Amino acid sequence: MVAGFKQAFAQKKFVVTAEVGPPKGTEISELLSHIDLLKDRVDGLNVTDNQSSVMRISSLAVCRLILDHGGEPILQLTCRDRNRLALQSELLSAWVLGVKNVLCLTGDYITVGDHPQAKPVFDLDSVQLLQTVGLLNEGKDLAANEMQGGTGFFAGAVVTPEADPLEPQMLKFEKKIVAGARFIQTQAIYDVDNFKRFMEQARRYDVKIMAGIVLLVTPGMARYMNKNVPGIFVPEALIEEMAAAEKGQKIEAGIRIAGRMIRQLREEKICDGVHIMAIGKEDRVPDILKAAE
Amino acid sequence: MIVAERKPLQQIEAMIEGFEKILIVGCGTCVAVSMAGGEKEVEELAAQLRIKAKLQGKPRTVDEITVTRQCDKEYLEPLAKYLDEYDAVISTACGAGVQFLAERYEGRIVLPALNTLFIGVTEGPGVWSQRCIACADCMLDQTGGICPMTICAKNLSNGPCGGTNAGKCEVDGEKDCAWTLIYRRMEKLGRLEYLKKIQPPRDYSLTTKPGRHTHEAFRQSQQEEE
Amino acid sequence: MSDTQPGNLPVNAAEPFEPKIVAYCCTYCAYTAADLAGSMRLEYAPNVRVIQILCTGKIDAILLLRAFEDGADAVYVAGCALGDCHYMEGNLRAMQTVAHAKHLLQEVGLQPERLEFFHIPASAGPLFAQRADEMTAVARRLGPNPLRRTIQRDAGGKLIKPPDLHPPLPEAKLGKLIRHAERVSDVSM
Ligand code: SF4
Repeated sequence: MVAGFKQAFAQKKFVVTAEVGPPKGTEISELLSHIDLLKDRVDGLNVTDNQSSVMRISSLAVCRLILDHGGEPILQLTCRDRNRLALQSELLSAWVLGVKNVLCLTGDYITVGDHPQAKPVFDLDSVQLLQTVGLLNEGKDLAANEMQGGTGFFAGAVVTPEADPLEPQMLKFEKKIVAGARFIQTQAIYDVDNFKRFMEQARRYDVKIMAGIVLLVTPGMARYMNKNVPGIFVPEALIEEMAAAEKGQKIEAGIRIAGRMIRQLREEKICDGVHIMAIGKEDRVPDILKAAE
Repeated sequence: MIVAERKPLQQIEAMIEGFEKILIVGCGTCVAVSMAGGEKEVEELAAQLRIKAKLQGKPRTVDEITVTRQCDKEYLEPLAKYLDEYDAVISTACGAGVQFLAERYEGRIVLPALNTLFIGVTEGPGVWSQRCIACADCMLDQTGGICPMTICAKNLSNGPCGGTNAGKCEVDGEKDCAWTLIYRRMEKLGRLEYLKKIQPPRDYSLTTKPGRHTHEAFRQSQQEEE
Repeated sequence: MSDTQPGNLPVNAAEPFEPKIVAYCCTYCAYTAADLAGSMRLEYAPNVRVIQILCTGKIDAILLLRAFEDGADAVYVAGCALGDCHYMEGNLRAMQTVAHAKHLLQEVGLQPERLEFFHIPASAGPLFAQRADEMTAVARRLGPNPLRRTIQRDAGGKLIKPPDLHPPLPEAKLGKLIRHAERVSDVSM
C-alpha cells in the first residue's frame, strides 16, 4: 500500500484511484477479491454511495473493509439520502473508523434508482457538504457547536467538464474549491482536446484534478452513454475503434483506449491523476494500468 | 394560485359507497381557475355521479353548490342551512378547503374530490406549472427571479448538479434545468457576480408544520385576547 | 340479453330500436351544410335532431353529458373545417371539449364512441348527410343508451321535484344551491 491518497499528491506523482461499487446484498466475496486485487496497485479505492440511487451496502462499511484489507479508501457521500444530522454523523463515524478521504456529491435523483417512490432528501448540496467537512475538520459542527475531537478529512468533489452549458458548472466548480475541495474528480472523459480546454480554466485554481476514466466495454455502451448520460461524450473515432475490434475482443479495445488516454494524460502532464471506473469489470483494472505504462 | 386535478371518478365513487344524498360543494377561487373544482367542474362531476348511479340502478341524488372560497369562514357559513339534508358532502376545493369545510361542519362527512398539486401559474390554456414551494425564506432576489428550491428537482441553491443536459434537467428531460435558466437570466441582468456567493444551508425550521401566521397588525390584539 | 344488465338493452325489447341522435351544428358551416342537404333533397337518417349553435366553441362538456343523461343514443358536434372557423379557433376548442367529454363518458361507463366531432364545411351538403347516416349506424350498432330506461322510470317525463325555492345566497354568481331536480330535464321520450 502507498502512503496514502493525500500523500500521493504531495509526492507530486500521477495519482491513480479506482472505483468499487458495494454489492446489493451481503455476498461480499467478489468485492473482497477486487479489494485485494487493487489495493496495492492504486493510490486509493473510491467507494460509491448507493450509486445510481440503487440501495446497496453503505459506502462506509466497504471503506472499513478496505482498511481491514490494507487499502486506502475514499468515502463517497451524497446528499440524496441523508439530512445534515446523518451526513455529519456519517462523517464522524468514518473518521473514527480510519477513513481519511471523502468525496462530496449531490447524488443522482431518487427516481432513477430502484426505490423511485422514496423521499429525496437534498437537505444540503455538495458545496454546503464540503463546508460542513471543513467545520468538522475544525472541531465544530454545522450548528457551530464545539465537538470533543474533530476530523481531518481530505475532501474532494466532482465536476462535469463536458456539461452543457458549461458556465454554470464552472460557477459551482469554483464554489466547491472555495468551500474546501482539495481534489476534484471529473465525470468520464474521452475527448482529450476538450479536456485540455477545461484544464486551462481549472488550472487557475489550487486544486488537484483527477480525470475520470470509464472503461468502454462495447461500442453500444459508448453510443448509449452519448445518448443517455448527460455530460459524457465519446468521440466517433473511439466508437469506430471499438466497433472494428473482433467479437469477444471489444473489451480489449476498451482497455487499450483507456490505457492510451491515461498515458497521454500522464506524459503530457495534463492533470494530476486519473480515477478509473471499470463498472462491473474491476478485475480488469490491472490490465488498464498495464496498458497505460 | 393553488393548482389541483380531479380525482378519477372511480375513487370518488368508492368514497360515496352507501351514501344516497350527496352535496357537491365547489370552490370558486384557485381550483376554478385550474379547471378542477369550480362551478363548471362541479356540474360535470354531478352529471357523472348521476349517470353512474342510474347505470348501476342505485338510488342517488346529487345537489350542487359553489361558494366563492372554502378557505374563508364567511363563505362556508351560508351552507349551514343545507348540510343537514345530506348523507355526505363532496368538496372540490384544495386540501385546505376540504379541511376547513370539515372543521366548520364537524358532524358531517366531508370527502375530497381533488388531488391538490402545487402553487403555480397558468402557462397556457389548460397547462399549469409549479412556481413556489412556500419555503418561508424567499431567495428569488439572488437567483434572478427563478426559484431553485422549486424548479430544480434537487433544490440545489449553489449551482447545477452534473446532470444538466443541453439545458434540460437530468431528472426529466422535458423540463428546463433551473440552473441554466438562472445563469442565463443573471447573465442578461448583468448580475452574475451575485451567483458567486455561497448560499448557506436552508433553514427548514421555518417550515415546521403546521404553519401558522398572524399579521403584524393583529398580533397585539390577539395577545390581549389570550 | 337479460334485463338485469344495464348494457345495450332496448327500452322495450318488443319495440324496434330507433336511435335518437343529437347534432350540435355551428351556424356558419355544419348548419348551412344541413340546409344545403335539405335543398339538395338528399336523403339521410331521420334520427338526427339538429341543434343550431353560433359556434362549436360554445360547446361545453356539460351540454354533451346532459344530452346523454336525457337519453340521446349518440351525440355529435359538427363545426367548420380546420382553419375555417369564423371565430378563429372555436372548432379547435370544441375538439378539445369533445375529447374531454369522451373521457368523462368512459369514466361513467358509457361508450365514448357515442360521441364524435366532425368537420363539415358549409358547401358539404352530401358530407352532412353522410355523417348523419354514419352516426346513426354507430348508435344502432351500440344499441340504445342504457340511461333511456332510467329516465322513464325515475322522471316519468316529469321533474322529480320542483326546483329549489331556497333564496339564493348573498353572492350573486356563486353560492347558489342547484338541486338535483333542476338538472333532470323534462324529457318526454
Ligand atoms: S439538472 Fe439542473 S434542475 Fe435538474 S437536478 Fe440538476 S441542477 Fe437541478
